[in-house]
Amino acid sequence: MKAAAFDYVRATSVAEACEMLRQDGDDVKLIAGGQSLTPMMAMRLTRPSRLIDINEIGALKFIAFGENVARIGACTRQSVVARDKALAAQVPLLRQALAWVGHVQTRNRGTVGGSLAHADPAAELPLVAQVLDARMQIRSTTGTRTLPAAEFFVGPLTTALAADECLEEIHWPMWTGHRLGSAFTEVSRRHGDFAIIEACAQIALDDEGRCTRANFGLGGGGTIPLAFPELASRLNGTLLEDAVLQDVAREAATELDPGSDLHASAGYRRHLAAVLATRVLRAAYEEARGKP
Amino acid sequence: MSEKLYAVTLDVNGKLCTAHVPARLSLVDCLRDELRLTGTHIGCEHGICGACSVLLDGEPVRSCLMFAVQADGHKVTTVEGLANADGTPGVLQDSFCEKHALQCGYCTPGMLIAAHALLQIVAQPTDEQIREAIGGNLCRCTGYQQIVDAVKHAAARLANDNSSAADKRR
Repeated sequence: MKAAAFDYVRATSVAEACEMLRQDGDDVKLIAGGQSLTPMMAMRLTRPSRLIDINEIGALKFIAFGENVARIGACTRQSVVARDKALAAQVPLLRQALAWVGHVQTRNRGTVGGSLAHADPAAELPLVAQVLDARMQIRSTTGTRTLPAAEFFVGPLTTALAADECLEEIHWPMWTGHRLGSAFTEVSRRHGDFAIIEACAQIALDDEGRCTRANFGLGGGGTIPLAFPELASRLNGTLLEDAVLQDVAREAATELDPGSDLHASAGYRRHLAAVLATRVLRAAYEEARGKP
Repeated sequence: MSEKLYAVTLDVNGKLCTAHVPARLSLVDCLRDELRLTGTHIGCEHGICGACSVLLDGEPVRSCLMFAVQADGHKVTTVEGLANADGTPGVLQDSFCEKHALQCGYCTPGMLIAAHALLQIVAQPTDEQIREAIGGNLCRCTGYQQIVDAVKHAAARLANDNSSAADKRR
């Protein structure tokens, strides 16, 4: 399998990449880690006339901390994010999710921004972005704009990015409070595959063990991964008894619109969604409860 | 109409190599067809099997999932680079032979690169760490158990070599 012919150019700055996008229009593609784009090109599912390589732009590779937010440059490798101890302490879901993303070899090349911009409905990082309400900082030649995850993901492999825009950095909210727990899990046929269903949750407790804040989400059950902030808000003030967790998990599963394919039927996916959502909520709670 | 060619210079196994390649040529095709380093195998060509694994700037990546032009100016280590200076198999490679960690040998270059990368960061890996490290590499012959054994064996041999080298220095 070989890609169709294309022209290649390396951008040396985001401004330069944006200028190239403005000039070249629809038929060009930015390439970051290329762990999805390259196979799609090899299978000729896509055949851009030109690739703009943003891998050499140092300004797109960083991890920084602001007030209650972790900022990650779009071209930061997934393996770098997974290894970062400060990030694991502040936004633990990222490391938990990345353990499910591909393999060592793909995480060394794959980027955080690339995974989000690719927007596979069963990918792990878009689900975390939805659950944490991450903000996408997007640049074009006319300036920058910031979109919440809920507006960024539009459909399968489709985001709100316009043809002349480049995802520049991602802002991940850090939950404050000392008793935080989070969990990520999924079911796939083989380790490292995209999920049949994936789930993640984050929960904060007060000193009495009552929930003060919670969110959770499900991926693989529709066109985009979904978070359920309204259902999660029902957990506030409760002691997160199993029955309560199962109720919100089951209700979330009914909001999915999964398809059937040779990997799993829609019914099985919906069943899995309720089971996995319960499991991550319970695991997040257990972790938070174990903290002083 | 002939396709536009791009000059790429790679540091492959410590040697600077230059090739003129079309943008669509994958790194693995460049290594094999242009630079004649056929140790790296091509399996699936879309990032599933891991046979084409190489080290890029010291980290394992799949060389079918990047274009040669993207590797311009970077350092690549292939399975040939894991051998001793005189061309004999290195300790890890020798351990694969000793423990029967290959049959057809197709996945072996990728397995060696993945295992080598692991041993660079974890000197004495657990079974679980080894299985995670080779989790992106498919083998249809061995059932993986002998590969895990070989990596553990290599780790023990390397530790032994290091301690006897330290003894000699004393």
